[in-house]
Amino acid sequence: MVHVALKSISKVYPNGVRAVHPTSFDIDEGEFIVLVGPSGCGKSTLLRMIAGLEEITEGELSIAGRVVNDIDPAQRDIAMVFQNYALYPHMTVYNNMAYGLRNRGMAKAAIDDAVTTAATMLNLTEFLSRRPSQLSGGQRQRVAMGRAIVRNPALFLFDEPLSNLDAKLRGQMRIEIKALQRRLGVTSVYVTHDQVEAMTMADRIIVLNGGRIEQIGTPAEVYHQPASTFVASFMGAPPMNLLPAHYNGNGRVHLSETVHIEAPVTADYSGQIKLGVRPENVGIVDPAHPDALRFDLEFVEELGAGRLLHGKLGDSGLIVHIPHTDPIPGGDVYVGLPKSALVMFNHETGMRL
Amino acid sequence: MTAAADPVLVATSRVRRKLSWQTIADHAILIAGSLLMILPVFAAFMTIGASDVDISRHGMQFTDGSHLAENFSKALFIQGGFTGAITGSTMLLNSFILGIGFAIGKIVFGMMAAYAIVYFRLRFATFAFWVIFTTLLLPLEVRILPTYEVVHGMGLINTYTGLIVPLVASATATFFFRQFFLSIPEELVEAARIDGAGPVKFFIDILVPLSRTMIAAIFIIMFVYGWNQYLWPTLITTDEAMFTLVRGIKQIYQSIDGGSDIPEFGRALALAFIAILPPVLVVVIFQSWFVKGLVESDK
Ligand SMILES: Nc1ncnc2c1ncn2[C@@H]1O[C@H](COP(=O)(O)OP(=O)(O)OP(=O)(O)O)[C@@H](O)[C@H]1O
Ligand SMILES: [Mg+2]
Repeated sequence: MVHVALKSISKVYPNGVRAVHPTSFDIDEGEFIVLVGPSGCGKSTLLRMIAGLEEITEGELSIAGRVVNDIDPAQRDIAMVFQNYALYPHMTVYNNMAYGLRNRGMAKAAIDDAVTTAATMLNLTEFLSRRPSQLSGGQRQRVAMGRAIVRNPALFLFDEPLSNLDAKLRGQMRIEIKALQRRLGVTSVYVTHDQVEAMTMADRIIVLNGGRIEQIGTPAEVYHQPASTFVASFMGAPPMNLLPAHYNGNGRVHLSETVHIEAPVTADYSGQIKLGVRPENVGIVDPAHPDALRFDLEFVEELGAGRLLHGKLGDSGLIVHIPHTDPIPGGDVYVGLPKSALVMFNHETGMRL
Repeated sequence: MTAAADPVLVATSRVRRKLSWQTIADHAILIAGSLLMILPVFAAFMTIGASDVDISRHGMQFTDGSHLAENFSKALFIQGGFTGAITGSTMLLNSFILGIGFAIGKIVFGMMAAYAIVYFRLRFATFAFWVIFTTLLLPLEVRILPTYEVVHGMGLINTYTGLIVPLVASATATFFFRQFFLSIPEELVEAARIDGAGPVKFFIDILVPLSRTMIAAIFIIMFVYGWNQYLWPTLITTDEAMFTLVRGIKQIYQSIDGGSDIPEFGRALALAFIAILPPVLVVVIFQSWFVKGLVESDK
């Protein structure tokens, strides 16, 4: 069931900056959508338009079947978690959570109930009488979550809520937020520039670039079937290998004059392409293998769980990811590019073929 | 063990001695400064204890304390002035009304003006701010005649309104509050919007409590400034019942000067001493609040 619908939403700031080009997508009830993209691509702008903090220049936004373009943020039945938490410094944790409910004229007992329930859920009970300044970063983050939960909104909005935490805590909070969202079943839109967060939390990822949607898809789709070279190189660490090649519609991809392999798809196109392959899908193979390609190993990066082999395939750089159980190959190294793991991109437009 | 055998010890003791010399020098300067400030007050206080005859004959007195209570009570409760209609305590009250009224007026108007300028999309907000700002170049002393004319025309001579309002009209507080509001993170405003706080609620529930420190600081400055006003009260109050302390001390002294008696030096000094106390108390009390706010504050 469609819960949030964006129809050709665009944003032009008063100074003439077009931050978001006309954008349309639907969000299903209970879905966790992650907006991801590089800095300045318009993620926050899009989220803030949904929240009502930023005016929608053109297009129509509806939440739970109601067009909300001209409705105040407080009346949109949303809750938002900010990057810097935005807790009221002079209020206790309890009051931070209760403030919005009081403004709605909720009864005292009901407020108490809601706050206590949320505090229990978030392990904040013992901090209810503290001020935000007396809490750690992770606890503040949880209070911000609590403030969103007590409202029992139709839609959660998150703007890079974890980017102020250290790496370990970020990993932990990521899981907590995701588990909480599952439990409450509240539709969520989550903005991040961290592709790990995007991959791990999303039901569907929306990749933005320069105010436009590059791709909408499940994490697996976005990862394995990127719609463009931009998505291919943005998602994944290290990113997808993109090898310059030639395709002339005869079913073969030419990596050089002499080296060619079977094309993964047949496309109605001929000319320059980029051949994409994820580092972990490149295999070390026997020189005798029919599709073995000579790989000039330059250096090895140790990751613990695996290793990254950096080197060259012909003239272009290639990164190969091998499990730590495999030996580091010595002497002449040959790699194989499995057909099922290859994607081809139009060299000019960057779009997948 | 000789000192030469232990260079570390020598080094540390030298450092320590150097430090202590510096400390002594620091303290000497601070003590000298404090004495410079306190001694006149101390001299005045000691002299209050003497009789007017002794004072007019021998100047400052330090040993006689017999008239202390008498002079203080005369200063506060005995009527004086040309018309004999004013006591020290009335003047004290007037001074308080001026000081507190002025400080509160400044804070209330300054905050509200700054709120409008910072948080509302007004077309000429920046222009309005600079217009308000230029009033800093026109303190009351510069525009005193036209202001007197206006206040006189409105029939506000010898009223508290006439005393306070013209002083309130200047940009200092607006300026400080504007700077402070600009430093409050945008996200906080947005969180409040989502929490359903309208403009009035946001002002009262969020902005005012967040500004506590700022309010305390401005209250200190403005109260002392208002308390010490001399020129404007002198001009605007002709009725002795409206006199403030700072303006009135001279009056009491003068009125006696005109008579045949010995000037009531003790009484005037007692009054001067009383006039010092409230600003000192305000600074002491609000300072601790102010510092506490600074230490605790987090935005
Ligand atoms: N108030 C504003 N006025 C004018 N331009 C703005 C305004 N806010 C943002 N922009 C511009 O709009 C574009 C998108 O900004 P936005 O804040 O949405 O980026 P973002 O994707 O959230 O980036 P980040 O990851 O750095 O937060 C940027 O080019 C930015 O400069
Ligand atoms: Mg952003």
